[in-house]
Amino acid sequence: MEHYSMNLNLRIWRQKNKNDKGGFADYKVEGISSEMSFLEMIDVLNERLILENTEPVAFDHDCREGICGSCSMYINGRPHGPWHETTTCQLHMRAFKDGDTIVVEPWRAKSFPVVKDLVVDRAAFDRIIQSGGYISVNTGNAVDANCIPIEKDKADKAFAAAACIGCGACVAACPNTSAMLFVSAKVSQLALLPQGGPERKTRVRNMVAQMDKEGFGSCTNIGACEAECPKGISLENIARMNREFTIASLLSED
Amino acid sequence: MALNSKIPTGELDKKWEEYKGHVKLVNPSNKRKLEIIIVGTGLAGASAAASLGELGYKVKAFCFQDSPRRAHSIAAQGGINAAKNYQNDGDSVYRLFYDTIKGGDYRARESNVHRLAEVSVNIIDQCVAQGVPFAREYGGLLSNRSFGGTQVQRTFYAAGQTGQQLLLGAYSALERQVALGNVTMYARHEMLDVVTIEGKARGIIARNLVSGELERHFGHAVLLCSGGYGNVFYLSTNAMGSNVTAAWKAHKKGAYFANPCFTQIHPTCIPVTGDHQSKLTLMSESLRNDGRIWVPIAKGDTRKASDIPEEERDYYLERRYPAFGNLVPRDVASRAAKERCDAGYGVGSSKMAVFLDFADAIVRYGKIEAGKQGLENVSKDRIVELGKEVVKEKYGNLFDMYAKITGENPYEVPMRIYPAVHYTMGGLWVDYELMTTVPGLYCLGEANFSDHGANRLGASALMQGLADGYFVVPYTIGNYLADEIRTTEIPTSHEAFEKTEAEVKERLDKLMGIKGTQTVESFHKRLGKIIWDKCGMARNEEGLKSAIEEVRALKKEFWSDVKIPGGINEFNSELDKAGRVADLIELGELMCTDALDRNESCGGHFREEYQTEDGEALRDDEHYKYVAAWAFKSEGKWELHKEDLIYENIKIAARSYK
Amino acid sequence: MSKESFFSSSIGRKIAVSLTGIFLITFLLVHVGLNATILLNDGGETFNAGAHFMAYNWLIRVMEVGLFAGFILHIVLTLMLYFQNRTKRPVAYAKVDAKENSRWYSRSMALLGSLLLIFLVIHINQFWSDKLVHVYINGEQQIDAYTMVIEALRNPINLVIYIGAFIALSYHLLHGFPSAFQTLGWNHKKYTPIIKKLGVIYSVFVPGLFCIIALAIYFEFVQ
Repeated sequence: MEHYSMNLNLRIWRQKNKNDKGGFADYKVEGISSEMSFLEMIDVLNERLILENTEPVAFDHDCREGICGSCSMYINGRPHGPWHETTTCQLHMRAFKDGDTIVVEPWRAKSFPVVKDLVVDRAAFDRIIQSGGYISVNTGNAVDANCIPIEKDKADKAFAAAACIGCGACVAACPNTSAMLFVSAKVSQLALLPQGGPERKTRVRNMVAQMDKEGFGSCTNIGACEAECPKGISLENIARMNREFTIASLLSED
Repeated sequence: MALNSKIPTGELDKKWEEYKGHVKLVNPSNKRKLEIIIVGTGLAGASAAASLGELGYKVKAFCFQDSPRRAHSIAAQGGINAAKNYQNDGDSVYRLFYDTIKGGDYRARESNVHRLAEVSVNIIDQCVAQGVPFAREYGGLLSNRSFGGTQVQRTFYAAGQTGQQLLLGAYSALERQVALGNVTMYARHEMLDVVTIEGKARGIIARNLVSGELERHFGHAVLLCSGGYGNVFYLSTNAMGSNVTAAWKAHKKGAYFANPCFTQIHPTCIPVTGDHQSKLTLMSESLRNDGRIWVPIAKGDTRKASDIPEEERDYYLERRYPAFGNLVPRDVASRAAKERCDAGYGVGSSKMAVFLDFADAIVRYGKIEAGKQGLENVSKDRIVELGKEVVKEKYGNLFDMYAKITGENPYEVPMRIYPAVHYTMGGLWVDYELMTTVPGLYCLGEANFSDHGANRLGASALMQGLADGYFVVPYTIGNYLADEIRTTEIPTSHEAFEKTEAEVKERLDKLMGIKGTQTVESFHKRLGKIIWDKCGMARNEEGLKSAIEEVRALKKEFWSDVKIPGGINEFNSELDKAGRVADLIELGELMCTDALDRNESCGGHFREEYQTEDGEALRDDEHYKYVAAWAFKSEGKWELHKEDLIYENIKIAARSYK
Repeated sequence: MSKESFFSSSIGRKIAVSLTGIFLITFLLVHVGLNATILLNDGGETFNAGAHFMAYNWLIRVMEVGLFAGFILHIVLTLMLYFQNRTKRPVAYAKVDAKENSRWYSRSMALLGSLLLIFLVIHINQFWSDKLVHVYINGEQQIDAYTMVIEALRNPINLVIYIGAFIALSYHLLHGFPSAFQTLGWNHKKYTPIIKKLGVIYSVFVPGLFCIIALAIYFEFVQ
């Protein structure tokens, strides 16, 4: 792999706090190595800003290995930037070339208010999980793990859905800011497993109700969420949730 | 204060049963009146918060991330051990116990480790019941794989995302308790001190990281589940936010810090590429199941891996450790890699890397697959193609991650790997009940020292975190709280809260007031370099002595020249980081002090003066078979307390994987 | 936790959109089938017989009410969804590179639908409304429906509007057809690819046939 160095023009959203109106600021960064990750490039910028007595750009990040779901940058018009199935922290600078202008914005959604600069509040996702994204089993209640065999195909599908990192790229990518991919991933995981059976109907209804209450937009099957999901969560999950929800609602007695 | 580890008497395999049978209980109506503070929401914290909430305690949980689901347990890849013996390969509770003690180079407490092995089986049951999608066989039963330092297959896994799946299980259990009103969650909050009243932990001072405000929280007990301190090395596989602050504050309030020099360097990480690097990425140990590690036989060989013929390759782990081969424990594998690179056999542009090669595994799996599909006269290319598919299914996400970071295709060329800091076995000293030396202050998971001795075996961190949270602390905490039912909620206007908050505020003001010229990050990098060079994979007396001096000087420089932009009462990541780095610097000094004091080599602690002729670690059981628990006296001054390790059930031997 | 009623939930509404959509898709098939009889070039005999049947069969008249209800429900619900969704992102992105993650027509269903709505008004005004009522006074054929169609489509302005509308319809269906099934939860490894293919065939073939008929009339292939 050929390594190279580049100079870039950055256009980054700056917003002091949630009440501030915010706006773009332009920065030039020089000598960026193609081997750096995108966040390391922002680190370079921030180190400079601090030394210039300017506030560094605030952004969420933690694991920097693509699994915690913290890093939430909308880069050049796409969540997590140009690479397929990649979080911002795993996006590397060889995706760009010398002289490029890169526009960096926070996730934009009514349900994800900006906290500062590129940091947004995704607590709505936690509240959706609180509404039913679990199996009610107290510690100590469990039977032997191999008591209930699970079809490998179903276990694999449940895992594929459970791989969601709760980053919110689906909401950020969706022109409607729908959270269906996130919610359906959890609903699917638990609906596919026999352990999730007893709460299957109440779970999907409660989670959809909470999702609507949080003010996410509704799904029109555009498919941007699936295309931008860093973990490749499938639209099949949304179909499954539609099915689960319809059956649960129509058969319910309330 | 003499250390009392409160190990129950009786036979090893009856201790926990006996303990549970006689431990004091708290009745349900009293549980509702008892408040518990939990700091950190990784595997240990989330599982403890959920379990204690289920029991009816009033729990307050704190995490610095924006959601409890983002704690760094999420990044654990390979798996979780449990003595289920589903594979019928001779596993048992005793064997898991034995492997863990031996893997830890005989520096862990027998009773704790045996309990860990006992409850390991319950963890798997609990997780499956929660909907954790572990890997399964076609018959629908759970699948296992093997990990370093063991000869059985006892590791349960969910592709390369086991930590994620386990954490999400614990997280959902936690969120369920939040919905039920038993747990109150404080995200984007950082604990900045423990409040003690009459010697007991009674609460914490936390900072709201969005508004910058300081908050006082009362609790009848405080549980620290705040993870390890690997970031003292700056570059590690830890998350950027991982820190020692909670444990360090507790340490300064009287909790002893045990074995700080026991740190784990993981053998298979993606090598450093340059000064810009902010963190290192692990390639799961599970890869050593199928990957073969090698370097060229010739020094300074610059040929491409594919151009080096088989007979000119040195599969040094297979050569040195025929019994365990590529699956030797982490400390052994890491040192062996360092040895080869230091001797000039390293590969890649930096020469600080070795190959992890899947070519053989691909062909092997390809042949098996061709056999399964009943194909005859299969071409070599087709076999390779089939083999790649199998490898992709097993390790696909890891290979993708490698490709993204390095820009190389690991299906075509061998991975380049090098050891990196991964885990810290040391931590706050706790007794059998997981209580620190401060009454009412508990420590769980990686943050404590208890189970892994001088080296942790792969897939045991997840096991310990969940064991502590789900199955240990819910029992042991009752023993303390049963005597606290008469303690009514102490108002946070109490002078102890006032005083502690004032101290925290003073420190923040002091940090902001320095207005120096160097960034927090630059100090962190310098700290990391000192510790990595002198207290890393190999240590010696001279280096450690100079490291202590350097860290002290760095501390002084930090407190006179650090530059922090912004203000206190606002979202200020630099201020958060500054507080953490300041604590890591202090810990760095203690780490080197401990390493210097331990004149032996064991597990992850390798003192160059103490090695066998063929370069293996040379333990000194006569003088160092103890836990070094350090009491904080004053800035830069510690007092050593020793907890003798008594092995009644295991015969101590030189650790051999040959 | 309070439960939402099915049709006040986001998914419930979507399902109503999907069901009405499928209903309209079915109707379209009947409509194009009837129109295609024009291509028989039999002077409108079959077409008029069909039109007569459609106008006088009581079952069809009842279904016509359903058809109107379907149209109205489909339009009202989608417009509601559209305007609701528009409030969900108060600050717009400065740069959006949506072509990398989705199709333009999937993102433009409201626009395409609105165009179709305008066409629908023109179309009904032209071919249905009071004129069709006048066609059959006392069961006697006053105006020949066939002639009416032929006359209308010989006008180039009408033709352009007509063809434009069917291009919009084609794209609307390209998204709408598979989307309706996805919303109903019919996503299956084996069958979804078939539905998608069917969707493409339908979206091209049906509007295409409407256009071919119109062009055949305009260029006087049918008399």
